[in-house]
Formats: sequence, C-alpha cells, structure tokens
Amino acid sequence: MSNHIKVASQDITGTNVFDLTVPELMEMAKKLRCHIITMIATAGSGHPGGSLSAVDIITALYFKIMHHDPHNPRWKDRDRFILSKGHAAPALYAVLAESGYFPVEELTTLRKLDSRLQGHTDRNLTPGVEMSAGSLGQGLSFGIGIALAAKLDHHDYQTYVLLSDGECEEGQTWEAALSAAQFKLDNLTAVIDRNQLQLSGWTRNIMNIEPVNEKWQAFGWHTIEIDGHNFDQILTAFEEAKTTKGKPTVIIAHTIKGKGVSFMENNVEFHGKAPTLEEAKRALKELE
Amino acid sequence: MTVEASTREAYGRTLIELGKQNKDIIVLDADLSLSTMTYLFAQEFPERFFDCGLEEQNMIGIAAGLAASGKTVFASSFAVFASCRCFDQLRMCISQPKLNVKIVATHGGITVGEDGTSHHAIEDLSLYCSLPSFTVIVPADAIETTEAVKAAAATYGPFYIRLSRPKTPLIYRKGHHFTVGKSITMKQGKDVAIIAMGIMVAKALQAAKVLANQGIGCRVINMHTLNPLDEEAIIKAASETKAIVVAEEHLAHGGLGSRVAQIVAREKPVPMSFVNLKDRYSLSGKPGELLQRSGLTAEGIEEAVKQVIQKNKLSFCEMPS
Repeated sequence: MSNHIKVASQDITGTNVFDLTVPELMEMAKKLRCHIITMIATAGSGHPGGSLSAVDIITALYFKIMHHDPHNPRWKDRDRFILSKGHAAPALYAVLAESGYFPVEELTTLRKLDSRLQGHTDRNLTPGVEMSAGSLGQGLSFGIGIALAAKLDHHDYQTYVLLSDGECEEGQTWEAALSAAQFKLDNLTAVIDRNQLQLSGWTRNIMNIEPVNEKWQAFGWHTIEIDGHNFDQILTAFEEAKTTKGKPTVIIAHTIKGKGVSFMENNVEFHGKAPTLEEAKRALKELE
Repeated sequence: MTVEASTREAYGRTLIELGKQNKDIIVLDADLSLSTMTYLFAQEFPERFFDCGLEEQNMIGIAAGLAASGKTVFASSFAVFASCRCFDQLRMCISQPKLNVKIVATHGGITVGEDGTSHHAIEDLSLYCSLPSFTVIVPADAIETTEAVKAAAATYGPFYIRLSRPKTPLIYRKGHHFTVGKSITMKQGKDVAIIAMGIMVAKALQAAKVLANQGIGCRVINMHTLNPLDEEAIIKAASETKAIVVAEEHLAHGGLGSRVAQIVAREKPVPMSFVNLKDRYSLSGKPGELLQRSGLTAEGIEEAVKQVIQKNKLSFCEMPS
C-alpha cells in the first residue's frame, strides 16, 4: 500500500548523538547547503543540483535518525548510510564534517590532489564513508550485503541507501529490488531522491520511470511517498520504515534539484556544473 | 594411467571444510550452484548460502556489502558470467575498495565444450588481471584447487580463481605445497622454458617428455598465479634457458603470455613463442576436439618449442634419454 505521510511532527525516540529538533535540522541543512556551494565553487567542478536535493534527507539521518559515532566511524553497531548516488558526495562530506568525522576546514580540499575528499566517494579514504560509489546503480546491492550481514550476526542496526531517480534506470537497481524483497530485508530502507532531473534533462523525457511507487510495490517493497524537503515528513517516514516488518521499505522523496538556490532549482544546467565565484556569492547570500 | 579429478568438486568440498572452521565464510551463487558445486556448502550451511538468482551484477554488490561487514565471501558462477557480465561491479565494489571477496568461477576456457562461444570464458584472465587488487589464480589440478581455495580464504583481499568444467588430470598428490604468487618448477631443463597454467601444465609435462627424447631439454613451470606474477622465476627462466614458450587456455591478449612477455622484455629479452587461442572465438564441440582444433595440446606445445628454436637458430644440448 502506498502511504502518504501526514505532515505531523512525531516524538521519535532514538539515541542519535545529536538528536536535533526540526528547527535545528533546518538550520543545519542551511549551513550544509552553504558548505556544498562553497566546496563545489572552490573545486571548480562537481554536482550541486543533486547534492542540494539530497541534503535534507542526509541531514535527518545523521543528526536525528541514525545511531553512529563520529569518533568511531567503523563502530560495529552503527547504522549504515550508503550514498549510491556518489555524485552527491559534497552533501555527504558536509554532513560528515559537521558531525565531526573530520575537520570542516577540510571541505574545501574537495577534488584536489591528495585530498581525502574525492570527486566521488571512496570508502578507504574518507572517515565515515561506507561505500566507494560513482558508477550508478550499485549501492542497493551493497546495502543488501550489509543488511544480510546484520541478520546473520543478529545485529539490529539499520541500513539506509540513497538512490537518485536516474539510478532507477539502471538494471542492477531492479535486480537488487527483487532480491531485497526475496531476502525479506526489513532492516533495509532505500530512499529515492526523486528530483525528476538527470544529466541531460527531465527523467520523464529521457527514460520515464513512472509509476515509481507502483513499480516498487510490485517488486515487494513497502512504499512511502514524502516531500523530501519537509523534516517532519522525513522523520516520520524513517520511523515507519524502521517499524515495517517482513519486507524492505522505499521512501520516494519528492525533491527539487538545486533546492535552496533560486537559480539552481529545477535547472538541469547545475547537475554537474560548478557555480562561478559570482554565482556562489549570490547563492550564499540567498541561503543566509 | 592418468587419474582425473574435478576441480569444481574439489572447490565444493573445500568450501565445506572452510565453513566448518570459520563461521564468517559466506557463499553466494547465481543460480548455478549445482554446476559450480557450491550446493555442497548450501546443504551443509543453508543459513550462510544465498542464491542471488540470475543477477550476477547484484551478486557482486551483495558480496562487497557482506565483505565490508567483516565476512569472507565466496561468490561463484561460470567464468564467462563472473567476469564479462559484472566487470564494472568488480571494479567499483571489490577491486577499488580492496574488499575480501573470492570469486571462484567454474567452466573456464573452451573446455566448456558443446555450449559454444557464448559460454567459452577466454577473456576472463585479461579482465581480472587488469584489476589492480585482484589475486588471479588458475590451478593446475583438483589438488592444487583445494590448496588455492584455502589460501584465498586465509588471505585478505580480492581473489579470482578459475576452474574447469571437465575433470582434469591429477598432477599433484595430497600434501602438495602451494604458495600464492610462487610458481612451481615441475621439471628442470636448459634449452627452453615452458610456462603454463591450468590444464596446459599437464600437457606441457607431456610435451617436455617427448622433446627430451629428441634432445631438447625443457624446463616446465606451473605459473598458477597470474597476479601477482612470480617475476623471479620468469627472469631465472630467461637467464638459464634460451627461449620461453607460454601455454594457456585464453585469448592471446592480456593473459599469461602477455604478462610473461612484459617481464621478459623488461628484464632479460629472449625469443618467445605462444600457445593460446590467438584472437579467435571457438565454436561448439567436445572439449578434446576444441583443444585439438586450437592447438592447445602437448603436440601444439612441442611444435611451438621447435619453432622458437628453428626461427632463432638456437642450439640445444640435452642428451637424449
């Protein structure tokens, strides 16, 4: 059954080390958006659009939902976050830095020679990064492996995988969708950053993936649709995912590519193009 | 009489042994467990076996996720699917992050036989050797297979082990000493060194015996590990013999021949000759017929040895036995 979450803040019990309130999460996300703009503008290349559409979801996970320890990135019982859409690395790096995995000052080394912050994620270089990604469509399979290991070891950690909507065009995503349901992985939650845009245009024009919700249901998943920029809805959806038993959950998060910067919103040009320094200044001013 | 044994059965049985010793051994397959023999492990440890269905790409990603969670993962399919079908997943999810996944593929080479071109894995070694962190092994018989699989389980990091469909001649006895990356000199000789792997090792030994009777002394080296390559043994062979012949059940490019030639060219150039599948696909037929047609035989190796001697006007000196 499809489930449209009511806009209502719920009391979520958890042991996230930050446990931010919704207003605090919004404030944090704004700060992270500024980091993303600064990082990509400094690097002179990168993917601002998909980083800005995904950042609220990642913020909610690290500052409210997940059990994790920034001082012990490979803590055995941590909840795992897999960024399958590896080009949104700046959003993840900003979150990891603000939550203490490495110094915030390091963010501006993004994409530079010898930096730990590679253009796309590298699990062996960056503290807190779980998966080396960048070739799309592979993260859900990786997440299934982690979720299976949790079941085998009787660990109750959760595994979250963030996919782009473009990744739903990759065949492997659907191989993984079949097998997660086959293995009854109710400790696995996929989130689709449904910003409707991919590198060369609207997904509906390039390779239509609708009806998304019905597809995932047909593959045996519990589905939830939310506004991916509304923290109340994001938090409630994650709570529902955690309490759904017997099958994996997918959260279809309706988002806006470039969210938060007027001239980047729904603008496909900023899929993989860095803002100029002038544009970055304008963006930062808007975000203030 | 030649005794034959199945390398894939040796694999299945070794998995059970490893599973008993280590509860973190997990086995994956892609709907071929009855052929790859991973079903033997599945029967013994059903909770640690996952059939990923016909989803090789997904299987590799799952293997990586399990390995990232501390498991030692064996993933099996036919060599053709375990290489060509999921190459990007091997590169991104296993090679680059150097995860502890062992791909053990059966049905390597053309000895798959009747199934034909689609099922002949003859590019796999080139692909796997191009992935920097993979250890690549082609055991010469069932006994060496057992040792290679055990070594893979005991060594952290990505491994590719290629096995065969048909039974193959046993050339070793139980207690065979196997070290990853250390080739085995099966026979000494001063004229030509034959460097072989997999099913070609037994054929190289046959060829060497015939050539010895004609006064040509061949050194036979079982180069079971293609990566990392035993450079020392290659340099020694190039220094102590007059020519090198490389024999492999693989296309000409990117396999053992290419890799040995690179070392020889850099360290100690000597004339070389190559016994392989050249640049051609093979068709349906019985394994023996296909090997014959392709020249992957003891006679084919003999001919290559003689050619390299004649072409380079090398003198040879072994006393006929």
